[in-house]
Amino acid sequence: MSQSLEKIAKESISGELTTLNLGPTHPATHGIFQNVLQMDGEKIHSAEQTIGYIHRAFEKLAERRPFNQITPITDRLNYCSSPINNMGWHMTMEKLLRIELPKRVEYMRVIIMELARIADHLVCNAVIGVDTGALTGFTYMFQEREHIYDMFEEVCGARLTTNIGRIGGFERDFNPIFHQKLQKFLKEFPARFQEFADLLERNRIFMDRTIKCGPISAQRALDYGFTGPNLRAAGVDYDVRVMNPYSSYQDFDFTIPVGTNGDTYDRFMVRQQEILESLKIIEQACNNLPEGDYKADVPEFYLPPKDKVYHNMEALIYHFKIVMGETNVPVGEVYHCVEGGNGELGYYLISDGGRTPYRLHFRRPCFIYYQAYPEMIKGSLLSDAILTMSSMNVIAGELDA
Amino acid sequence: MISVDNAYIVQYLKSHFEKEILNIEEPYGFLTIEVKKEGLIALLVAIKNDSVLQMNFLTDLCGVHYPESPNRELAVVYHLHSFINNVRLRLKVFIPAADPQIPSATTVFDTANWMERETFDFYGILFLGHPNLKRILNVDDMDYHPLLKQYRLEDGTRTDKVDSFFGR
Repeated sequence: MSQSLEKIAKESISGELTTLNLGPTHPATHGIFQNVLQMDGEKIHSAEQTIGYIHRAFEKLAERRPFNQITPITDRLNYCSSPINNMGWHMTMEKLLRIELPKRVEYMRVIIMELARIADHLVCNAVIGVDTGALTGFTYMFQEREHIYDMFEEVCGARLTTNIGRIGGFERDFNPIFHQKLQKFLKEFPARFQEFADLLERNRIFMDRTIKCGPISAQRALDYGFTGPNLRAAGVDYDVRVMNPYSSYQDFDFTIPVGTNGDTYDRFMVRQQEILESLKIIEQACNNLPEGDYKADVPEFYLPPKDKVYHNMEALIYHFKIVMGETNVPVGEVYHCVEGGNGELGYYLISDGGRTPYRLHFRRPCFIYYQAYPEMIKGSLLSDAILTMSSMNVIAGELDA
Repeated sequence: MISVDNAYIVQYLKSHFEKEILNIEEPYGFLTIEVKKEGLIALLVAIKNDSVLQMNFLTDLCGVHYPESPNRELAVVYHLHSFINNVRLRLKVFIPAADPQIPSATTVFDTANWMERETFDFYGILFLGHPNLKRILNVDDMDYHPLLKQYRLEDGTRTDKVDSFFGR
């Protein structure tokens, strides 16, 4: 034990610091990560994170998988908003292959991605509520999340790990049931969400519990590579959707909410406001959804429909070539980033022209900002540390890759 | 107001770090500059603190392994971003596998801490001056660095998944 630790230990009531293992499977951490805390009573003196409990070597796996088979891997990064990860990956490939997409595909993607963002933020904010002792909002918001998953199900058949879309577009167009469900959601969700907001946003207990809890300054947040709602809560208005627009985000009118203190309350409020902004984007995309095809015209990369494969020689050849990875891809390297639920989700892809990436690196926002956690909770109480963690929205899948 | 774009950065680096630059490319419009490892930290500090460039954000740091290129087997790739000017810059440093050492960027960017630990974990690259260089995602007693190309993903005795099936 170092000298300063000994000094603090002597000053504490019991005469020693307590080592507390928070995790790896603590129910309050919402995921598998461990924190070894040095506690002075209930106060945290220092903390060290251990991560990697669900490390699945995605980057190594990706070096052995054809490009279309990497999409399911990306599902499992931030599994609260899988579609954003999927589409970020598709866009990376499209950038490498220089594929031009029809406007309709981009708008469809925007709708799906913003729905995913709402689902992601709903989970995070509902869980912040739970950790402050307010379970009711959580049960309501999870019902709303189910509605979003119902819509994903209409588009791709899956709910959580969606594997949605393909390189070059979608595997099918939005069906009438999807549009019906979307309209119903757009009509009913704001009122339900307002109930949730009323329960917490100006709630005295909630505010006392979250304001000044786990704060970080804008400068420190930048030093630590924060992106997404956590950075915006600290007052920096960096949003990839605005800074480097992709998928036609420049067509939409929305604002970037920012906070001031970078504490748990600000992070909560930024996510609350972003949900409303996402709704605005979805409405605009829905009302202006262009006519056209739901996929780009790239037969070399976009799997042909099954009935064509069985009855058309050309389709069969393309199907075979895509599945066997026989199509040449350009040699080169691209970096593409999208605004994920937690911030800048980047894909750094090096292609040597082979069937698989030569190297694929994921810039996972969780992994990068979670390293600031000990600094943010130092000197606070254990219960505040739990709250800080849930408001940072650390998702184990994205953290460990 | 000076408009900061790729050409400006190239010109800036050429005038200040002429000797450190080995190669300049722009794949897909993303300025990529290969620099010598000796000049790396000074360059990072300079472009971070320069009042015009303000490359204040380290987006990403990762390693790459090229076993086929002698004395340049390992690469460390830095993605930098200037929020003020909205320009990005990719820096590459190649180092030999026999001596995988490079100065740590943690002195310039705090966020490099875990990124370098991850790169060390995957590729065994030693970041000199890193405050806590140990494995991060894999178990501590692992005795190799799994993302190096010589370690196969699957059982080496399998013949149905040899490299020729993967286009190389």
